[in-house]
Amino acid sequence: MIDFLRQVYYVAWGDIRFLRHNFLNIMIMSVMSPILYLIAFGYGLRTGTTDIGVSYVAFVIPGIVALSSMNSSFSSTSTRMNVQRLYYKSFDEMMMCPLSMGAIVLGKCMLGLVRGLIGCTFLYVLGIFLAPELEFSFAFLLCMVLSCIMFSLLGMMAALLARSHQSMNVFNSLVVLPMTFLCGTFFSVSSLPAVFQAILYCLPLTHSSLCLRAAALPEYLSFPWISFGLIFVFGAVFFCINLYLLKKRKI
Amino acid sequence: MDDIISIEGLVKRFGDKVAVNGLDLGIRRGELFGFLGPNGAGKTTTIRCISTLTNFDSGSIIVNGHDLLKDPNRAKRCMGLIQQQVSLDKDLTIRENMISHAMYHMMGKKERNRRIDELSEYFGLGEYLDKPVDSLSGGWKKRAAIVCAMLHEPDILFLDEPTSGLDINARRLLWDVVTNLNKSGTTIILTTHYIEEAEALCDRVGIIDHGRIIALDTPESLCDAIGSVAVEYKVDGRTSYQYFDSRDAANTFVSELDVDSEILIRRTNLEDVFVKLTGSSAEVLR
Repeated sequence: MIDFLRQVYYVAWGDIRFLRHNFLNIMIMSVMSPILYLIAFGYGLRTGTTDIGVSYVAFVIPGIVALSSMNSSFSSTSTRMNVQRLYYKSFDEMMMCPLSMGAIVLGKCMLGLVRGLIGCTFLYVLGIFLAPELEFSFAFLLCMVLSCIMFSLLGMMAALLARSHQSMNVFNSLVVLPMTFLCGTFFSVSSLPAVFQAILYCLPLTHSSLCLRAAALPEYLSFPWISFGLIFVFGAVFFCINLYLLKKRKI
Repeated sequence: MDDIISIEGLVKRFGDKVAVNGLDLGIRRGELFGFLGPNGAGKTTTIRCISTLTNFDSGSIIVNGHDLLKDPNRAKRCMGLIQQQVSLDKDLTIRENMISHAMYHMMGKKERNRRIDELSEYFGLGEYLDKPVDSLSGGWKKRAAIVCAMLHEPDILFLDEPTSGLDINARRLLWDVVTNLNKSGTTIILTTHYIEEAEALCDRVGIIDHGRIIALDTPESLCDAIGSVAVEYKVDGRTSYQYFDSRDAANTFVSELDVDSEILIRRTNLEDVFVKLTGSSAEVLR
């Protein structure tokens, strides 16, 4: 186990150095779009109180944190993997080394996890000042970590399946963009017709939003344990697909 | 001499296309082996199969006694690869690339620092270690890539088109490096587009065409096999070649030849062997 964790760290080391070299740029990219969403959707579009009894700002901030966890984790893992695999070819070097495939999958997700956590934490701390109803709890932190890992794994999967930079954009347009606006980040999924709800419950961001919102507003919402379990299931499925792609060298 | 790499019946398909078609090959411990072949003949695919970067459909590959399918990690510990395109991470410095490589091979901090210092000094990279990859010229990047591939002291080093895109000075420098590494005991497998490179460096050469080895021997023996003396002459503006076992036989042929153009009698080279065996113009290699 210690050897496995050491391998994860060794795989992640280069990416963490990359993060250090580009910290300011990455920070600006990580916080810019969530802040814009917060201004546009939190203040620009709606005000007042929601049907669960909290202000719309308090309602929307956990959703934007979930959205930020997806965008930051997915994009940092997928972009870096894509560049390393298709342009630098440095990913091949790693594949030639005696590392466990599981360690490669987890190690390559660490950049997404770290970047996602930085962006989400910044945003949430800002959110607590804006909406005092929000709580920062262990459950919220755990949901944030799991959400970042899950979307990092999804980013890795997208990068491993991509044949070019262009096909990454297609994945973004077909999967990430619809999730951004539909998965309960800005409104409650339960307000939609049953058919739409069924579709949206198949998408991981819906469950991240539900869990983070409930963890941030424990006095108003009961914790959705099924969604919490589904985050694990999504993560496990993405992990297994990545493992399969690497082992079968379908990359 | 025992085989450090033993390949039997290797087959690799990409859809309907058979890239490697039942290839059998033994590479001896300590030799500098050259892989030649036209574009798309299966050289790089074979190297990628041996170096575990591509799965193969059937056959077996044994590397230093380890079956690639059963025990890939032990086999990986024995190998280093320098790809045609320098595969350094351009977002990191040269030193960070080296540390990453050493880490991937689970080398401890003390050991990896020692090896990085040792190899950087040998390759003259000391002053560039903390510079970004892209601040170096092609030749220096290639040297840095060699250092990365050599950090874990592999028994086998694959060089896929190591000198492509390099100027003549950098190429000659690299030839020295390759020769010295081989002298120090590393088995080297080289694929190259430059036939003169294979002729100058390699102990043995394998010519691959349509995914199969069609000739395998020392450069001298391969030349002797088609005739050690070549006669080169032009008919209707097109150069023709004839090969003979002796200069006397070549002279007799020339005396009976009825052409106006200049006739050249010379020693057969590997390019002649390549053209004769593959039917390709050597130009396709360039």
